[in-house]
Amino acid sequence: MYDIVIIGAGITGTMLARELSRYDLKLALIDKENDIADGATMANSAIVHTGYDPEPGTMKARMNPEGCRLYEALCRELGCKYAVVGALIAACGADEENHLDILAGRADERGIPYKVLDSKAAHEAEPNLSDEVTKALDFYTTAVIYPWEIAIACAEVVVNAAGVYAENIARMVSDNVRFRIEPRRGEYYVLDNAVAPVKHIIFPVPSKEKGKGVLAVPTVYGNTLIGPSSDVVDDLSDNGTSTEGLDYVTKNIRRLVKNVPLNRSIRTFAGLRPSADVHDFVIEEQEGAGTNEFAHGFINACCIESPGLASAPAIAKYIINELISKRMELKEKPGAVLTRERPVVMEELTPDERSELIKKEPAYGRIICRCEQISEGEIVACIHRTCGARTVKGVKKRVRPGMGRCQGGFCEPRVVEILARELNCAPTEIVLDSAKSNILESENR
Amino acid sequence: MKHYEAIIIGGGSAGLAAAVSLKENGINDIVVLEKDGEPGGILQQCIHNGFGLQTFKEQLSGPAYAERFIKKTAELGVTVKTDTMVTKLGADKTVEYVNAEEGCVKASADAVILAVGCYERPRGAITMTGDRCAGVYTAGQAQKYLNIDGYLVGKRVFILGSGDIGLIMARRMTLEGAKVLGVAEIMPYSNGLPRNIKQCLEDFNIPLFLSHTVTKTIGKDRLEKIELMQVDENKNPISGSEQYFDVDTLLLSIGLIPENHLSDEIGITMDRSTKGPVVDDRYMTSCEGIFACGNGLHVHDLVDFVTMQAARAGKGAADYIRDKSRQRGEAVRVSAGENVGYTVPSYVHPADSSDDVEFFFRVNQPLENAVIKVMSGGAEIRSIKKKKIIPSEMERVLLKKDVIAGLSGEVTISVEVLS
Repeated sequence: MYDIVIIGAGITGTMLARELSRYDLKLALIDKENDIADGATMANSAIVHTGYDPEPGTMKARMNPEGCRLYEALCRELGCKYAVVGALIAACGADEENHLDILAGRADERGIPYKVLDSKAAHEAEPNLSDEVTKALDFYTTAVIYPWEIAIACAEVVVNAAGVYAENIARMVSDNVRFRIEPRRGEYYVLDNAVAPVKHIIFPVPSKEKGKGVLAVPTVYGNTLIGPSSDVVDDLSDNGTSTEGLDYVTKNIRRLVKNVPLNRSIRTFAGLRPSADVHDFVIEEQEGAGTNEFAHGFINACCIESPGLASAPAIAKYIINELISKRMELKEKPGAVLTRERPVVMEELTPDERSELIKKEPAYGRIICRCEQISEGEIVACIHRTCGARTVKGVKKRVRPGMGRCQGGFCEPRVVEILARELNCAPTEIVLDSAKSNILESENR
Repeated sequence: MKHYEAIIIGGGSAGLAAAVSLKENGINDIVVLEKDGEPGGILQQCIHNGFGLQTFKEQLSGPAYAERFIKKTAELGVTVKTDTMVTKLGADKTVEYVNAEEGCVKASADAVILAVGCYERPRGAITMTGDRCAGVYTAGQAQKYLNIDGYLVGKRVFILGSGDIGLIMARRMTLEGAKVLGVAEIMPYSNGLPRNIKQCLEDFNIPLFLSHTVTKTIGKDRLEKIELMQVDENKNPISGSEQYFDVDTLLLSIGLIPENHLSDEIGITMDRSTKGPVVDDRYMTSCEGIFACGNGLHVHDLVDFVTMQAARAGKGAADYIRDKSRQRGEAVRVSAGENVGYTVPSYVHPADSSDDVEFFFRVNQPLENAVIKVMSGGAEIRSIKKKKIIPSEMERVLLKKDVIAGLSGEVTISVEVLS
């Protein structure tokens, strides 16, 4: 018997679990996939939105600015990447410029810093902005993160944080569910880190219909994300890419940014946003759940679409302070550790530090991923850490072999070999991602 | 900081041949840095034969071809450091590398030869949509799993791209009991060597779908199906032409790209067509004392040409090391004209022409009844008639040293079709 079970090990679930681990509770974190952060947390724009966008009065407007303020310290505590790159909201023409004023007004109310750039200043700040851009807002404190890194770092609780499946789970406890999940697929291009078409995150002026629109995002590791598209899909597992989606991305980004080298794409991907008809986060105890004895105290943290990533730290605190604490007495656990030391990343060490480490652990001197220069030592370590990698994608999420321009062409066989050796199983048992996604058919000798 | 006369980055076919050439040209203090556990490069996984017809006048397997050079370098006393990754190259000819024995080391050299090879274009480089399931590999990756590690990646296979590795893998997987349902090529002609089309597809009744591409991968966990479509002259899929194949494996043989992050970082001038460095007749890049050869310079069809050019790069580096202050006079540009994609090398030095220079190039479309024309200052220097000329086969044209000495203006190599 657990005190609290969290369903869904994405950013919302894992951050809540981390916050709850301050208290003397028996927690469980459950996910349908075989790794942490395999859903929306894996495939999104990786931006900590500052919070100028959400409509006043919404949960989004309440959670996003606070979540954003908590992020930098959180990333430090968890040994995770956090890079301030700044975000330009670029307007083309008078209509869009008017909308910028609305956003600036909200930013003023919420204490979010920004600068107004005229066309000349905007183009100076970002030379590849399209000539059609007439004015921009520079939210210069906007940061990018490595979302799954944070979820994995948080990882360890019945709060319904099940992303796009939340509706189904909620229906198990009550018929009176006030939201309907309408998953929206977003498709992206990932560009080679040898090209950097933009220095800031470039946003179009947001609209109700299309959300935040198609962006260009410089990521923490130097690649550029171009996307997302936004299509409502029926299938909750349909995260494949489509010609229409990618064409939409191509067409829309060109309106804002010129010279986008899409020919330097190294990967395309799609993610499902857990959007809903209510167009806001639903973070509340499920109404009517009291009639089902097992559902007593069933909390929804649902419809966490953008800016869900940026809001997650605030959502976790809200659930605990406003919802859980009303149901049970939370006793602080003495000596609870909520921080994590950053694992060794060879690239972040000086040559002398690297040599010192290699002397102790020679595996750190054998480079497995040539594009991103990831050593065997880092791969082995990520397998044996808490919530360690069990799959090729799990290794990729944790230490990044295969994230480079060859996309694992050279290193994937080595990663399979290392996983099999460290997990003491046959290479044929190693999977790419899901349980049946085997990479090798049979031994052939 | 340890100093060498020459550091060679990469111990594959190009690096080893360059090392041999340096030694034969009197440069002794050299080191080869190889990232893999053994030298030989990609040849080690190419267990089929057909290597060495030009160099050794016999057919060797990839590993056998590599072995000859491994032996030769050993006999010549060349130091080859394996499991050694170069992490940084400086324009001042310093090289930083890492390995388990020495840790992080910085060394300098009079000359650096880049023999870094190439990588396969991944799925994300083309507009193929669909699911992110397992079962999609580059052809070379599947080749490594099979020939080095001893695992078959799948039983029902489709191959996208008619590059040579894809064709070789069609035969190889068939021989190991897999069913290869077809090979699709987006162009109206094959990108592989004619002999491979014959020996790897036709001999095994594997259909080749020209002007077709795989537009979608379908599968929840592992690949279940692919969608194949015919394309129009602009390579856009023609709606209504969809065909589906039930396969668990898709191999991609959609092109090779020279590995150039080291040279990119120090701003070495790159050729937009080859995606490798621009080099002169000595195979020197735009950065003095840094040379390039092999698939890291431009992607080859035959290893014999790699060997030839690497030997030339080795000699070029040796000449440079011996006399760094030698004035070579003005460089004359050699560029690609009509129907030609690129030329290697791209510069010659008429005032310092001590060797004949062979130019390597590829045409950008199949041509029949054609003539290779070398022009300079409006005058024709050489012309060679060709019955047939195709993009998958590299072409060569030699200019004698006295001809080069007489050059005054830009040289153009073009291929014209005779009417």
